Amino acid sequence: MKVPKNLYYTDTHEWVKVDGDKALIGITDFAQNELGEIVFVELPEESDPVEKGEEFSAVESTKAASEIMSPVSGVIVEVNNELEEAPELLNEDPYKYWIVKIELEDESELETLKDADAYQKLIEE
Amino acid sequence: MKKTALHPSHLKYNAKMVEFAGYEMPIQYSSIKEEHHAVRNGAGVFDVSHMGEIQIVGKEASDLVDYIFSNNVRTLTAEQIQYGFMLYEDGGVVDDFLVYKINDQSYLFVVNAANKDKDYEWILKQNTFDADVIDKTDQFSEVALQGPRSEAILQSLTETDLSSLRTFTFTECTIDGETFLVSRTGYTGEDGFEVYGGHEATRSLFERLIDDYDVTPCGLGARDTLRFEAALPLYGHELSAEITPLEAGLSFAVSFEKEDFIGRKALEKQKEEGLRHRIVGLELLDKGILREGYEIYKDEDRIGRITSGYLSPTLEKPIAMALIDRPHTKKGTEVEIKVRKRMLKARVRNKKFLA
Repeated sequence: MKVPKNLYYTDTHEWVKVDGDKALIGITDFAQNELGEIVFVELPEESDPVEKGEEFSAVESTKAASEIMSPVSGVIVEVNNELEEAPELLNEDPYKYWIVKIELEDESELETLKDADAYQKLIEE
Repeated sequence: MKKTALHPSHLKYNAKMVEFAGYEMPIQYSSIKEEHHAVRNGAGVFDVSHMGEIQIVGKEASDLVDYIFSNNVRTLTAEQIQYGFMLYEDGGVVDDFLVYKINDQSYLFVVNAANKDKDYEWILKQNTFDADVIDKTDQFSEVALQGPRSEAILQSLTETDLSSLRTFTFTECTIDGETFLVSRTGYTGEDGFEVYGGHEATRSLFERLIDDYDVTPCGLGARDTLRFEAALPLYGHELSAEITPLEAGLSFAVSFEKEDFIGRKALEKQKEEGLRHRIVGLELLDKGILREGYEIYKDEDRIGRITSGYLSPTLEKPIAMALIDRPHTKKGTEVEIKVRKRMLKARVRNKKFLA
């Protein structure tokens, strides 16, 4: 299971990649593998505000729907519309295909997230 | 957790295992979608050894079965099979299952794994007849070979003429040198067979089908999407202690012609007074996927809930079965479904999804 070093992680298997004052959010390799083939991604609206911990999207496999929680607070400035037509991209390369881009409201929230080593430990449990 | 005799084979074929009805069972091997399509277009094999087998045997076996079963087993000849229900006095369902008639003094019930202990207790409680009730679950392994290629494949392993084995009948036959009970039944909406045998013989057959006949091993995930598309009910979803066979639209398996059976009076009353709600088909008009448990609304009133729902792998459309209050059960009625924070539009339709 891939866990890239340069990302932040949540206990609920989202990843965060910081890009200036913005954060890209996606699901981890572990998450996509647990879900199985992804057949639908429910995307939020651009310019929607989100709170840390709020459900803002859902990723669905044949078997079940899994809610995606925002790792940070801010405003959604971009959604990855590619996933609407090709949700399976999240299986193919979960770290390349982000779901939303959020303008960070409070950078100190990043400190509450896990680093790669801590996340690796979590999924090995 | 219990394991079936095929457990080592599941690990060998890299199954993802889950807990189901007290057993560790394969949910999928490759992918639910691939396994689903294999059964629709070729052949797939499932380990269904977790299913319960209860035998009713004795001089008055027919009388006991007739009294506790909704369908008319007296119309059966030996080696015929019938679908039906055991009902509570109030018409709710104890379980839905197939009855195999071996002869006038011996019947085999093949029941849902999750209900087996409850069923066994229920039958014992009703047994005032000269009949014995025997739990045979641990004596058999069972595999289901399903899909349009099934007959050709199984035929190449047996001398018995399978082309003359009609739907809902069974026979004893020798496959690969071992004795099995083979029925032309299934839970996928495709042609196929359910094969009961000794543990080692069934495990060998399972692996032989996969290794030598290119049959796809299929898990519980595909078993559920396949039965769902075929609008076959699953206990705990479309049927339960609270949902009667009439409400589920399964009155074909309730015989009002025969003598008294448990639950008959309640169903007759329900028929007379009219149904409060029914299981219907739904298609989603907005983007998304309908899932079990989602609530259904009409003009702000809650009128029902989804009982099973998927993005249909065959149709590639989001469809569902749902329990909806009358009169909103009429085909074409537009309803709203609460999906997380959104309200999505759906339309009531028939359950013949594959027609």
